[in-house]
Amino acid sequence: MNGALQDKRTSLGEAAEAVSDGDVVVAGGCLYARPPWAMLLELLRAGKRDLTLARNLMCYESELFLARGAASKLMASWVGIGLRWGIPKVFREFVERDPTIYEEWSHLTLGLRFLAGSMGVPFLPTVSLLGSDLLERTLAEPMTCPFTGERLVAVPACVPDVALIHAHRVDAEGNAQVDGPAYMDLEFARAAKTVVVTAEEIVPSEAIVRHADRTLIPGFLVDAVVEVPFGSYPCECHGLYEADFDHFDRYVQLVDDGGIEGIETYLRETVDEPGSFAGFLDAVGTSRLLEQRRRAKELIAA
Amino acid sequence: MTEATVAPLRAGPADLMTVAGSRLLRDGSVVFAGVGSPLEASVLAKRLHAPSLTIVLEGGSIGPRMIPGKLPISTNEMRAAHGSFMLVGITDIFLYAQRGCFDYGFVGAAQVDQFGNINTSFIGDPDRPKVRLPGSGGANDIVSSCREIMIMTRHERRRFVERVDFVTSPGYLSGPESRLEAGLTRSLPVAVITDLALMGFDPASGRLRLDAVQPGVTVDGVRDATGFELLVADTVAELPSPTEQELVELRRLHDGEEMPPENSIAPTRRER
Repeated sequence: MNGALQDKRTSLGEAAEAVSDGDVVVAGGCLYARPPWAMLLELLRAGKRDLTLARNLMCYESELFLARGAASKLMASWVGIGLRWGIPKVFREFVERDPTIYEEWSHLTLGLRFLAGSMGVPFLPTVSLLGSDLLERTLAEPMTCPFTGERLVAVPACVPDVALIHAHRVDAEGNAQVDGPAYMDLEFARAAKTVVVTAEEIVPSEAIVRHADRTLIPGFLVDAVVEVPFGSYPCECHGLYEADFDHFDRYVQLVDDGGIEGIETYLRETVDEPGSFAGFLDAVGTSRLLEQRRRAKELIAA
Repeated sequence: MTEATVAPLRAGPADLMTVAGSRLLRDGSVVFAGVGSPLEASVLAKRLHAPSLTIVLEGGSIGPRMIPGKLPISTNEMRAAHGSFMLVGITDIFLYAQRGCFDYGFVGAAQVDQFGNINTSFIGDPDRPKVRLPGSGGANDIVSSCREIMIMTRHERRRFVERVDFVTSPGYLSGPESRLEAGLTRSLPVAVITDLALMGFDPASGRLRLDAVQPGVTVDGVRDATGFELLVADTVAELPSPTEQELVELRRLHDGEEMPPENSIAPTRRER
């Protein structure tokens, strides 16, 4: 962990070097809400291999990472985009061939893994997973409370190598603020050995200080800071832009039609050919991005 | 549709289910609602008979206000956070549940068995699955911690099986004793609501029991759509039809405020 008063600003490309092949990488937000999408695509662009990719609810980055061999394992409580898009087809192909690829936890027990990590304790007890078949298939262990004799489940801590978080604003030191739900970002950031924060904007520290109660992640936890406007697109960033469901539709159409080939087409268009996240956004076009902004504003006003 | 031929609102199967579910929620209580029909039923209850119902969602929203026509697709997004009194982290919202703060846990299910066990993980052998389903999400946590558990799903044989292939979220396991033995002492499965029926649980065996049928549905009709031998209560009531008000509110929720209800019927989607 770094000391304060450092300028940690860098580029997506350099920040990607924080991730080594084989690492456990956890990505913030939840499902299609505020994921560090630009950073995730950058890991694909950098050709990372064999990562364990962890998220609480995992969107279609699961398929992108499996298809490219960037992840050999997924840790999550749910994988998909949303009910209306069905169960992801290529995800199914991978995990039905080898069910161990997907380590399924319940939503709380996944959170407790990182909360334990963030507390510096080896496990946390819970009543979740009791009696379920998930207990057998996870690293969790049944336990008896030493004080009350209650049956509980011990959930082992997870200390990921790298946490990737997308925030609304951050200063050069890494003090990061999030609007709207924090999801599990704080647990992820506190548990991880290395933290990369991308943000919609990098602001002067005074702007952070003025609303210190909004700061979710303290700078001393953070190792790298990257400014990425629309860094969650095509997913949403609370209050700033809505998720682009048409983009999801098109992705799912490509996968339905072409399976893993469809994913390759998608990655060619969004990762390889544009050459950078900014290039991807250029290809998407300003009018589309502004439309997503307009929709978020409309929601906030409703 | 011209003014002269305005059709009365008719309840489709999804409406019957949602309305029956909504009527079970007591005013003044707190419901942890899953995405889809449980959330819709909760919002409907709050708009009609339970104005002081507090809705809580997985994404950390406490008391969100849904915007008609913009129901969230996930309970972890802007639309699901809108109008909330408080937004907490996801781990925290489940810890509120574990603390015993929530009266109801209201979830959907891909597959449910005679003991109310839910499977959202594997169809077939978990080591060589026929279908890998998306996973628990928060359902396992909700049914382990909220006081009264209600499950809502369409009534089909393939969904209502004798024994789930995998217990993602436990109901009565194999009966009340097995449930207690497992340490599940804080929650209790109380109702399964479908488009055909309202079912409770026989307290002695922990098995599903048909308590009431949806309007026009017969006991045999429910049996035919159930993949196991369903217990049947001594007297099976017929649920009252959804009221005009309930249907108008549901349409509004789906289609938005501006649209007059007579133009918002989508019969192709909602007809049985």
